Amino acid sequence: MDSTALVAVENLSRYYQKNCAIDQLSFSLQAGEVLGFLGPNGAGKSTTMQVITGNLAPSEGRVIINGFDIIESPRQAKQHIGYLPEHPPIYREATVDEYLKYCAKLRRVEHGSIANAMEESKSHCGLNEVGHRLIANLSKGYQQRVGIAQAIIHNPAVVILDEPTVGLDPIQIREIRSLIKTLGAERSVILSTHILSEVQASCDRVLIIREGKLIYSASIETLKNYRNKHSITAAFNNPPPIEQLEAIGLIEQVESIDNNRFRLSFNSDSPAESLVQVSVEKKWGLFELVPDHASLEDLFIELTQDENAGVDSAEAEG
Amino acid sequence: MIFTIARREIITMFLSPLAWVILGVIQVVLGFMFLSLLDNYAILQPQLMRLENTPGVTDIVVAPLFQLAAIILLMIMPLITMRTFAEEKRNKTLTLLISSPLSMTEIVLGKFLGLFLFVFFLVSLLMLMPLSLYMGTALDTGKLVSIYLSMLLLLSSFAAIGLYLSSLTDNQTIAAVSTFGALLMLWIIDWVGETAGGGQNVAAYLSILRHHQSMLEGVFNFSDLAYYLILITTFLVLTIRQLDRDRLL
Repeated sequence: MDSTALVAVENLSRYYQKNCAIDQLSFSLQAGEVLGFLGPNGAGKSTTMQVITGNLAPSEGRVIINGFDIIESPRQAKQHIGYLPEHPPIYREATVDEYLKYCAKLRRVEHGSIANAMEESKSHCGLNEVGHRLIANLSKGYQQRVGIAQAIIHNPAVVILDEPTVGLDPIQIREIRSLIKTLGAERSVILSTHILSEVQASCDRVLIIREGKLIYSASIETLKNYRNKHSITAAFNNPPPIEQLEAIGLIEQVESIDNNRFRLSFNSDSPAESLVQVSVEKKWGLFELVPDHASLEDLFIELTQDENAGVDSAEAEG
Repeated sequence: MIFTIARREIITMFLSPLAWVILGVIQVVLGFMFLSLLDNYAILQPQLMRLENTPGVTDIVVAPLFQLAAIILLMIMPLITMRTFAEEKRNKTLTLLISSPLSMTEIVLGKFLGLFLFVFFLVSLLMLMPLSLYMGTALDTGKLVSIYLSMLLLLSSFAAIGLYLSSLTDNQTIAAVSTFGALLMLWIIDWVGETAGGGQNVAAYLSILRHHQSMLEGVFNFSDLAYYLILITTFLVLTIRQLDRDRLL
């Protein structure tokens, strides 16, 4: 494995009694990278994160954080990790300030710089106004932010977030995502989720696991290209005969959806421009032109159900 | 680091009404007992005057008071120790401690120190009652110190046992009930000695009551001190091992 990697996971396995939760998982995380960890429920995402952060002992394999083995020198290794578990570990009876101060002390932030660290992580997470409030009285979204604030208070090299947007409303989700983007600019982030669009919004690279095995690993660009189907949907007020549409350059195949709508397939370059031109010339009354995407759910289901999804081919790019 | 955790423990305890209620109830109940013991002494005093080598007020009022206090606290301590680990496990906040750069030993010692400071506060409050007698009479200071020490050691042992049983479960009630059972067993284990012949000495040495009793009488034995220290260390080590084991399951 790469020795410069910030996080190196080598042949990691983890059993619950006879139950195998992670099976020979290996991956690494470079500095400044945001890694999306994707998988259906029960795929072993949370277990992997718990092992990486030292909350569970691995059955086999090693985890190296910034050169320190999490089992052999846990204290040094943990110093470099900030971890937000599935349930944020917050003390409901404390105020945000009290709680963050306690976390800073636990993470051995020097006494003189505690106030600074608190300010910084609070402004990162948009908690400046609620510092004096009891955590129990905050909304779920704010509690989640407090959870993220405790994970970054000691300025760790790696931030590990386990499903950070679960149970939040769309606005809060957007805020948390932009927060993750900001974090990714300064640190390495591992983010687990079962929501594909989340990975797309925030990650540089994605790992998909299923039943504890790595089944897909690629950069986010590869994933995006994978998504684009080579077809567009066009709708006309005065629909032309199919033959006339097929006559336009670049269009390979035309399929009628209803009276006004057609699905136009093509090979590489999009025929949209010439289609619009022809439509104007012949007064077809084009009123809709939409590129088709494979739905994210389709892709996810395809990847997590297909045994032979391309780990090998994709690994080279990742 | 240990102090940071201990401080948090104390703050958490006093943020919930439980600690206040416990302190209040113990003060009221023991205050009542203290007064009735004093009344009793006032009745006995004329007869005692005629005897030689009479037991003093420390023996007749203070020692029995702390005998009773020990029994009441045997029932109350499980309520104080039950939340230490069980609550953190239930609320999933233990992750915060475990993913911080701390050793298990630091976590357990921090929790124990928090409990010890609470016990220290509690016993010091109780000691104010006998100390108030200084206003009207002379007390045996040596015996008072011995009683104070004995209470601290006894309650610290209770705390260590409670801490361990709390680390075994995420249910506070189970932690409290099992701690109460364990403490009670440790209290009455020397009853065995009275019926069965063999192992009598062992049972008597194991009984926490014997050690408390002799220190209440002002007899300070190193074997008593060793007993308490071994008990506390054993259960703290067991707790550390338990936390380590939790990561393997």
